Amino acid sequence: MNIEYDNKDKLLVIKIDEEIDHHAVEKIRRRADYEIQRYMPKRVVFDFDNVSFMDSSGIGMVVGRYKLISMLGGELSMINVKENLYKILKMSGISKIIPIQEVKI
Amino acid sequence: MKDLYENEMKLEFLSKSNNEAFARITVAAFAAQLDPTIEELADIKTAVSEAVTNCIIHGYEDREGIIKIRTKIFRDTIIIEISDTGNGIENIDKAREPLYTSKPNLERSGMGFTIMESFMDDVKVESILGLGTKVTMTKKIKLLNKEKEEELKDSLLFT
Repeated sequence: MNIEYDNKDKLLVIKIDEEIDHHAVEKIRRRADYEIQRYMPKRVVFDFDNVSFMDSSGIGMVVGRYKLISMLGGELSMINVKENLYKILKMSGISKIIPIQEVKI
Repeated sequence: MKDLYENEMKLEFLSKSNNEAFARITVAAFAAQLDPTIEELADIKTAVSEAVTNCIIHGYEDREGIIKIRTKIFRDTIIIEISDTGNGIENIDKAREPLYTSKPNLERSGMGFTIMESFMDDVKVESILGLGTKVTMTKKIKLLNKEKEEELKDSLLFT
């Protein structure tokens, strides 16, 4: 997982580098929550460029971070979402609440 | 009628979450002999991941147990049975409802069965409280390979 924070824009980019399943979400969740509470960003972006697989555990993880970020007054979006991930995000309905900046085919 | 494909494999492993990737990759590798598209393969991987995760979280509730996968290929169809000998499901209809989860505190989305149902052609759930659960998923892989079409034609001619 790679973290980049832009202090000027108060932008936190969380780049995930592994397949997102029930096994992986625990670690991702802990690290993301730590970074979000440390920087208190205005905007958070989940970058899925290096994520080739995601199951419904990923939906729970994204929704959980969305709740935390919203509570702290920030906004969440997702970028570089591959088609198979998009299929799941769309099916769950969260793509209506959390904007997806780019879908990769 | 002559069968184009008939093959079977069995897999048994401990209900540890780091086996989720192993399970879906192994089933996908077995399914590859049907020449699925990348999308079909991704669908199978996701459905297997959902079912195995259910065994670990709900079936065994993080206790140690055995998860069994039996995969059969019959002609152009793959049949995947995933079972545990864990808690069992009290109300299967309720469990299959979209967004329903018995574990909201674990940030579960309640989308597991919905994803299995929409990514596979058929999903059957059998469960007995205290004895375990078996999920049987079926998916037909569309014939794309020209050679396979020819074989199918031949097999129909000679039967």
